[in-house]
Amino acid sequence: MPVEAKLSELSVGASAIVRAYPKSGAFFLRLREMGVLPGTPVTLVRTAPLGDPIEIKVRGYNLTLRKSEAEHIVVERL
Amino acid sequence: MASLHPAPATPRVFAVVGNPNCGKSTLFNALTGLKQKVGNYPGVTVEKKVGTAYSQHGQPMTVIDMPGSYSLAARSPDEAVTRDVLLGRRSDTPTPERIICIVDASNLERSLYLVHQVLDLGRPVILVLNMMDIAAKSGIALRIARLEKELGIPVIPCEAVNGKGLIDLKLAMSRPDLPLSRHAWDVPKAIAPAVAELQASLVDNDNKPPLSARAEALLLLTDQDAVRVSGSTPLSRRTSEILKGWQGRWESEGTDWAAILVQSRYDSIGKMAAEVVQRRPAGSSATDRIDAAVTDPVWGWIILVAVMALVFLSIFTLAEYPMDWIDHHVAAFGEWVRSSLAPGDLRNLLTDGAIAGVGSILVFLPQILILFFFIGLLESTGYMARAAFIMDRLMSRVGLNGRSFIPMLSSYACAIPGIMATRTIEDAKDRLVTILVAPLMSCSARLPVYLIMIAALVPGDRVPLMTKVGIMMLMYGLGTGGAFGFAWLFKRTLLKGAPSMMIMELPPYHLPRLKDVAFHMVERAWIFVRNAGTVILAISIVLWFLSAYPRAPQGASAQEQLAGSFAGRAGHAIEPLIKPLGFDWRVGIGLISSFAAREVFVSSTAVVFNVENVGEGKDMNVVPLRTALRDARWPDGRPLFTPLVCLGLMVYYVFAMQCMSTVAVVWRETNSLWWPLFQIIYMTGTAWVVTFVVYQAGRALGF
Repeated sequence: MPVEAKLSELSVGASAIVRAYPKSGAFFLRLREMGVLPGTPVTLVRTAPLGDPIEIKVRGYNLTLRKSEAEHIVVERL
Repeated sequence: MASLHPAPATPRVFAVVGNPNCGKSTLFNALTGLKQKVGNYPGVTVEKKVGTAYSQHGQPMTVIDMPGSYSLAARSPDEAVTRDVLLGRRSDTPTPERIICIVDASNLERSLYLVHQVLDLGRPVILVLNMMDIAAKSGIALRIARLEKELGIPVIPCEAVNGKGLIDLKLAMSRPDLPLSRHAWDVPKAIAPAVAELQASLVDNDNKPPLSARAEALLLLTDQDAVRVSGSTPLSRRTSEILKGWQGRWESEGTDWAAILVQSRYDSIGKMAAEVVQRRPAGSSATDRIDAAVTDPVWGWIILVAVMALVFLSIFTLAEYPMDWIDHHVAAFGEWVRSSLAPGDLRNLLTDGAIAGVGSILVFLPQILILFFFIGLLESTGYMARAAFIMDRLMSRVGLNGRSFIPMLSSYACAIPGIMATRTIEDAKDRLVTILVAPLMSCSARLPVYLIMIAALVPGDRVPLMTKVGIMMLMYGLGTGGAFGFAWLFKRTLLKGAPSMMIMELPPYHLPRLKDVAFHMVERAWIFVRNAGTVILAISIVLWFLSAYPRAPQGASAQEQLAGSFAGRAGHAIEPLIKPLGFDWRVGIGLISSFAAREVFVSSTAVVFNVENVGEGKDMNVVPLRTALRDARWPDGRPLFTPLVCLGLMVYYVFAMQCMSTVAVVWRETNSLWWPLFQIIYMTGTAWVVTFVVYQAGRALGF
């Protein structure tokens, strides 16, 4: 199993460490400000009933984002 | 004679700043009680809440409740206002001398990011750790003395919901001297020269105090000033040039200044949190267990449908009584005025114009109050975010996000509270698109028009239930399809931009506090009355004038009066325009007069066709009007209201913008006359085109 994956590929309940994502764009700037930074551990809590968006746990709180953006976030599975 | 008393010193100004869902409003309400003023920041539809609190010695203190924000690098108009007030960029609001930062104690790390930015401003800050009880329950212990020492500012544990910690907070607020934060963090080397140069320019060219200039310089580098809102003072030319210069240089070097800054803030926060936060492993929380059901692929939908059904049932059943009551009493009051004044134009202006106009403002209040009661409940418990989470996938198909779901759904009851509820949508463009399409959702005011048309359409005396339901469903479907279709279109053309983003916190569930929900509800109602009321009143007086003048000769019937009035003449004038839709001038009068509100179509049509005793609401008796409509003829003897024309008229009402109150609310909520005007043009234009197609196609097919 590859260690590197996209955040959107994690299965429910899996944890990973954020490694990299695009530098530019308002979305990724806000994601940083919300505490999702390279090196931050995250856990995939669940996906919405229609399969999108996803809910992650990060720094002790729950955050949702869409798969289309999670696809750009490279994580390292734990 | 001059007063002997010295003028009181102006009270100190505090700003309350915090993330959304951290209990900020509860704290603000607890501090100020009923002594608060709610309005809008001039030029933007962001709520401005200012109140007065009293110090331990009874001195008044001004408290401004800033809109919930995650960062001073603004992403929404709400955050832009918070940033601008704190930086002293708004001339309509005094720059706060002291800042109260409130954070959710169970979510300290993320919350400290905003605190970190606020500390840079160089003004005294009091940190309030709210929801200490919830933090303790989820196994989090905080070393408060340690945090106080690290930051060098007063840190006050608090439970705003039950008033714990409030006295300590007031004591801290009353202190004549509050320490500035000793907290220092090293601005990353890579950007230090840029910060220094920008800071100097802000001091020299924009008259900013040095410390706040440093904060603003740091902010300009992360913010890129994406969201500029009306009312904020622009930067001086020199400062903008310096900023552009640095940004250009970094861009060519490939340095990501924003990432470096955010990273170094979180590094410093992380170190502090490691010292302060002690986490005991806790089992699954109540929120986890509730969410397992609420976002379940099966139960999630059942719960969502049940919650929405409950809201709608309440609106339809509960609002009816006060609405009837208001209608009745306004009418009775009008009668009383009529009987106590001498006949004449002034009396008619008062009774038929002004009092009727006030009545049409008041009659919306029950729906607005009930809907905002539920919206406040859904928002404060945390369910609102879950509904957005579940619906996001569907809404994203047309380019919106889950936040638009509740406002659009509310518009089935009435577009006015629906449009007012769009304030929870962060993205300005998404919000505007939602406002533009919300009135296409078939609201309850269209029902009387649908009912009378269905009655006239179906032969025989009784309408089979299935036919009625079927036609109704068709109309609701048309409206909903139109709303989503236009949302899709607007997001691709008129309001094209970055695709709407979805990055939303799912806050822990809370028990709602009825006092706060009630506050929220009354605030909304007041905003409606004050902002839209005057416009509605003005339009209804104009509409009254159009149907009352010029006066018909003495002894003329109501029908003759209306036919000869300006409205009647306008009906004649637009006949060439609506003839291709199968409508004559008499229908035209109905269309024009029902711009006041769609249901007016029924009463004005009754006058035009000289029918009495139609009644209103539940008491509406469709039989006499239906008979009159069936007997109506064109001058050449063809029947006017053929089934096809009835269907066309319903379709017209699905799409046409026929509601002055919505126009008034859209005007206020968008702060522009252009958008309501555009809405009238596109909706009524669509109504014409679709009705034209229906009528002409129907004719071609032999109906």
